[in-house]
Amino acid sequence: MSKTTTTYSKEITSYKRSRSRFATLKNNRTLLLMCLPAIIFFFVFSYIPMPGLYIAFINYNYSQGIFRSPFVGLANFKFLVLSGDLWRLTRNTVLYNLAFILLGNVFQIFLAILLDEILNKWFRKVSQTLMLLPHFVSYVLVGLLAYNFLNYDYGILNSILRALGKTPLKTYSNPDIWPYIIVLVHLWKTAGYGSIVYFAALTGIDEEVIEASLIDGANEFQKIRYIILPLLKPTFAILLLFSLGGIMRGDFGLFYNLVGSNNALLFQKTDIIETFVFRSLMNYFNFSLGSAVSLYQSVFGFIIVTTTNWIIKKIEPDYALF
Amino acid sequence: MHYSKRRNKIVGNENVSRLKIKYDRSALFVRSLGYVVIGTFALICLIPFISVVNTSFSSEKAVMRQGYALFWPREFTSFAYRLLFENPNILIGSYIVTILLTVVGTSAGLFLITMTGYALQRPDFPYRNGIAFYIYFTTLFSGGLVPYYLLITQYLHLKDNYLAILLPSLMNPWLIILMKNFLKSIPHSIVESAKIDGAGDFTIFLKLILPMAKPALATVGLFLALGYWNEWYNSMLFLSSSVLYKPLQLFLYEVIAKADFIRNSAAFANVPSQDIPMETAKMATAIVACGPIIIVYPFIQKYFIKGITVGAVKG
Repeated sequence: MSKTTTTYSKEITSYKRSRSRFATLKNNRTLLLMCLPAIIFFFVFSYIPMPGLYIAFINYNYSQGIFRSPFVGLANFKFLVLSGDLWRLTRNTVLYNLAFILLGNVFQIFLAILLDEILNKWFRKVSQTLMLLPHFVSYVLVGLLAYNFLNYDYGILNSILRALGKTPLKTYSNPDIWPYIIVLVHLWKTAGYGSIVYFAALTGIDEEVIEASLIDGANEFQKIRYIILPLLKPTFAILLLFSLGGIMRGDFGLFYNLVGSNNALLFQKTDIIETFVFRSLMNYFNFSLGSAVSLYQSVFGFIIVTTTNWIIKKIEPDYALF
Repeated sequence: MHYSKRRNKIVGNENVSRLKIKYDRSALFVRSLGYVVIGTFALICLIPFISVVNTSFSSEKAVMRQGYALFWPREFTSFAYRLLFENPNILIGSYIVTILLTVVGTSAGLFLITMTGYALQRPDFPYRNGIAFYIYFTTLFSGGLVPYYLLITQYLHLKDNYLAILLPSLMNPWLIILMKNFLKSIPHSIVESAKIDGAGDFTIFLKLILPMAKPALATVGLFLALGYWNEWYNSMLFLSSSVLYKPLQLFLYEVIAKADFIRNSAAFANVPSQDIPMETAKMATAIVACGPIIIVYPFIQKYFIKGITVGAVKG
């Protein structure tokens, strides 16, 4: 008897629940419909390609398509490990990103502090505008600007070197100087934009704190060391952790336009995951190899992001991404 | 050290003035360092562009002899520009394609992003967290280039179609999050009182929220527009040589890499092949392709600054 009552009441609650679920759906139909284009958009352009990473496990053949190409298991990964490509790509991608993140943030903080010291409003406005200029141009133009500077025959750098009586540099055939060039160009393009975040944090500092320190006799260096830098620390830590999450992702436009797609002489030092995948697709039509690197990148990137997020959550739950 | 200074201050007036000098000296140093470093870096940001402009106005022969121009043109001439406009159809076509892509993509994308961002910040929308995570997850894990390429070319059949450039850049998670954060500042009570007056959610969005969200629209719209104007990645992937009018950045890329366009223009203008101004014409193309953005950006930069300081990073 009691058994039937419970099943009966269970049926009622489940009926009620499904009805209330339907009611919420109905009550929010307009807001849901407003999200629908975005849901479809990300489904098509982001979610549909995800299972496509299956291509990493087959020997993809254009005429046979995804489903009839032969399954090869981990052969593509094995090839990438044995050829040393995987190690080289990981090393380059991670090291470049580390240099971008660390040097970039330090330089941006440096600029922001100095910008804050400039009292002449006109000077500050004009220089801030000029520092933002590189952010607004495409990497295609940046590639041309670098070429304009570094070209062996007519480049500005070599004109200067020749005028000084020194031997001109063969930049485009010397891989060893490229890490410096790439890091410098990246700093150049992002510094103005990045310093804005720190500059905003600086203008938010309570004037009274600084005045108090001056009354206490702190000099300018002490002010920066003991007041400004500690106040910038949270912003720095958050930006650092955010960018560490993306450490496996390279900036394709930067590398591709600076180095070009054919200059194999430089690849040992300049090839990152994105450029390798691009070449295996567009130059060698090796879809499976490209996918294998992408899968490796996505899985490791995912692990790194979730780990950094876990760390952020421990330290400062408010800033956690998810 | 700290202590003695404070005592000095209390002890006598002459000590205070000496302290003041000391403070002034370190401040003066940092301040002048500021002017020097900031001024130098600002110039380093500007000089490459000056060099390109001056080289584009130089004579090819002088450039061959002495290298690219830096602060002033070498033997001033506008020959490179005259050559570009000798046969301007392709250039004008590229401009029209880029402008159309920018205008259509920005308006459509802005509408969709604002609509999504609005729904996702409504505190009374029960599915907001689920949908936000669904969108955010695409930044954590992706299928990579190859499946994306196959999707566009084999399944959506968009190769050599401008839609392959327009569609993928319509929305991205960061701009939706940015918009959501912007719209959060509009008090929910306004929405609630409109609801009591009997307005539907979409009407509220269209009539009430959109007019109030103008600064947000300007910022996100400019992010989108800059993206479309500077777009070359999807163009390079999906537009083959059979497409005559390329978006400007791809056009510039191909002029730099292959210089076919310069050779064709020279042939059209009956310029003998040894006189073709290869290097200066490349620079002139760069100026023509990037000029508008360089002229416009000083007037729109404040919206970008607002965008970064609102906190584009938080989910």
